[in-house]
Amino acid sequence: MGIIKAVNLIFDYIRHDDEENRDEINHALKGVSLDITEGSFVAVLGHNGSGKSTFAKLMNGILLPTEGTIYISNMSTSDEEHLWDVRKTAGMVFQNPDNQIIGNVVEEDVGFGPENMGIPTKEIWERVDESLEAVGMTAYRLQSPNKLSGGQKQRVAIAGVMAMKPRCIVLDEPTAMLDPNGRQEVIRTVRELNRQEGITVLLITHYMEEVIDADRVVVMDGGHVVMDGTPKEVFSHVKELKQYSLDVPQVTELADELRAEGMALPEGILTIGELADSLTGILNGEKAWQSK
Amino acid sequence: MLRDITLGQYYPVDSVLHRLDPRTKLFGTLVYIVTLFIADHVLAYVAAAIFLTAAIRLSRVPVKFMVRGLKAVVFLLLISVSFNLFLTPGRPIFTIGFLKMTWEGVEIAAFMSVRLVFLVMGSTLLTLTTTPNQLTDGLERSLGFLKRVGVPVHEVSMMMSIALRFIPILVEETDKIMKAQMARGADFESGNLIQRAKAMVPLLVPLFISAFRRATDLAMAMEARCYRGGEGRTKMKPLHYERRDRMTYLVYLLYFALCVAIKFI
Amino acid sequence: MAIEVRHLDHKYGEGTIFEQYALKDVSLTIADGEFIGLIGHTGSGKSTLTQHLNGLLKATAGDILYNGESIYKEGYSMKELRGRVGLVFQYPEHQLFETDVFTDVCFGPKNLGLCEEEIKRRAAEALAMVGLDESFYKQSPFELSGGQKRRAAIAGVLAMKPEVLILDEPTAGLDPRGRDDILGLVATLHEEQGMTVILVSHSMEDVARYVSRLIVMNHGEKVFDGTPREVFRHYKQLEKMGLAAPQITYVVHALRERGIAIDEDIMTVEEARDAILALWRKNA
Repeated sequence: MGIIKAVNLIFDYIRHDDEENRDEINHALKGVSLDITEGSFVAVLGHNGSGKSTFAKLMNGILLPTEGTIYISNMSTSDEEHLWDVRKTAGMVFQNPDNQIIGNVVEEDVGFGPENMGIPTKEIWERVDESLEAVGMTAYRLQSPNKLSGGQKQRVAIAGVMAMKPRCIVLDEPTAMLDPNGRQEVIRTVRELNRQEGITVLLITHYMEEVIDADRVVVMDGGHVVMDGTPKEVFSHVKELKQYSLDVPQVTELADELRAEGMALPEGILTIGELADSLTGILNGEKAWQSK
Repeated sequence: MLRDITLGQYYPVDSVLHRLDPRTKLFGTLVYIVTLFIADHVLAYVAAAIFLTAAIRLSRVPVKFMVRGLKAVVFLLLISVSFNLFLTPGRPIFTIGFLKMTWEGVEIAAFMSVRLVFLVMGSTLLTLTTTPNQLTDGLERSLGFLKRVGVPVHEVSMMMSIALRFIPILVEETDKIMKAQMARGADFESGNLIQRAKAMVPLLVPLFISAFRRATDLAMAMEARCYRGGEGRTKMKPLHYERRDRMTYLVYLLYFALCVAIKFI
Repeated sequence: MAIEVRHLDHKYGEGTIFEQYALKDVSLTIADGEFIGLIGHTGSGKSTLTQHLNGLLKATAGDILYNGESIYKEGYSMKELRGRVGLVFQYPEHQLFETDVFTDVCFGPKNLGLCEEEIKRRAAEALAMVGLDESFYKQSPFELSGGQKRRAAIAGVLAMKPEVLILDEPTAGLDPRGRDDILGLVATLHEEQGMTVILVSHSMEDVARYVSRLIVMNHGEKVFDGTPREVFRHYKQLEKMGLAAPQITYVVHALRERGIAIDEDIMTVEEARDAILALWRKNA
């Protein structure tokens, strides 16, 4: 069993009318099962309203499933006894960089989690130093968060989670409010943490470029998992992805259209280099064949 | 215009005063204020002036920053001076109509303004040498005894520190919403008081909605980072007294004794 | 000639040690009916520039002419200018405040001092333009979906019947479907209403598909101004500014480096597909 295991998760948002009666039920998740291996980098894709953010919030007990269970390293999030251990194990980074930084100074914000966990002062400092170093924000440790760019703020938020020494980080659309520079900055940081510290990463996003390097891509639509596989596998179904209102990298789209016209390109092309090499091979190869 | 609001005007230099424990500084300010209120002799004011001057010198904060703090109370100062000048009974200097200036009035007005100026400068010095964080930390620890009578000291100081973090964000947001409404032809600057108040609705409604959204987000983020109140919480920067703090308390004691002695001369 | 910007400077904190140029010697002319993409990363000055165009910010030096008249001339009505040059801010749904969608859209025309009948007519027109029908009129703007909220907010500016429409990052925070919806809507406004549109964005891929002219800002200065094809030829410089040309531009250049003779100005998937297929079929 992996670090995260979801068994038949169902989640309903229930709206009440003025008399506290059930007014409207919105089924955000309709039976999601997923098993995530420790140390992997998993991306969850889906358009707004696909249920991906709800799924993220179930991960560390911010929301509790209506039905089904989610286990974080064998602890059920619904089990109140384990709630704090669950939150220590699965750290969370949210979308809005401003609304998740509590401290008035960068280093104090990073220390906030360990303080809450009752870690001794000396160790808090060690953890803060390490975490800031890991996200490359040591130089900014005494600054006010208000002076940082969006990408830097998100890196501080990631450091704040790292300082809790989680085994897994869940990032709920961490780049949705950032510009391209900030987006790259955050994704690079997350990838490094995954590779160097071996932390399990669950990245929730709707940007395709961010998932190309993931070990596994899960696509959600209408509260269900609809696709699940390596990036190459998932991206070889261009039409299906478009049907779920998702973008496809232009490279993949071009390769797909050329294949439809009969060119013998491999499936699931994701990078510019891959496409250029394959195309050069075909175009030159045929020239060579013709001249024979 | 909104950018001009500054809170906790901390002056970042390294000085003895900056390095003191915030509790020491809070207590010192308190002692200083008390001595100003019990002072009724010129010597007491001289003592206070020496105490203040020494503190300012030690803080390495330029005097002009102190003076800037005074600007805010000029109006208050003028009112209290004129009240005292004309409304104190005693030996008259001159009279204009029903207004009568007296020698006693001049004396009281002079003492009054010195007291007010000293008061403002002393408390300005506290905020200039102490970061808002240290200040809330210091308050939380100093007022810790109130916890026993059910005052949520930790929660209140957490609120203060979050407020400090979000004030600049909300100021910027106000500016943005204001501009967005101005782009839709809103006018915040002209009209009478009622019209102006009405014009604020398109600004205040979005601002409140945004503040509530931020509060919900922040609560979620704090919970996700295991926040559950002050119970069992450790500190990254715990407060502890150093030798310099003990020395400072000794200085307070001497100063206070001196002021009390002057009172009984 | 609708807007003429002449040597515009905007300095923050003038006279202090924090003095900084937000805009430096920016000059450009925008003709009636153009569809322009204004590109730059955060802090490049692109948003500052747009706020000058409708008088929300005042330049520290330089001049702006709207239809030949300086907006800094004494007695020039800023209110009227703001009605003519509509500016939709980033996350415009954050400015909604009324209890229902229709009343909120009426706010702009009401501020212009129009009569009740005209206000209602314009609001209805604007809502129709953004695709919100009568069933939305009485709904609270706060209960709409993200994309609908944004449409309602855009309608709030359209109801002032602007001649020039400026949108600051209109797709920020939207998913691919929401983004395509909004960009499609903007393109329709340009085509059907003949509005001059300035689209502020940091995404080349989004903008390249729609606009006929790109203006690139960096450090408060205008660095490129031309058709998307012309601008994308500088893809290496763009990258240094933290901006990237569309992926297809890179594919085309990668192919050329490998000795394939393909037109370097290609920038969309369709063009690339056709060009590659043509090469392939010629060889076959």
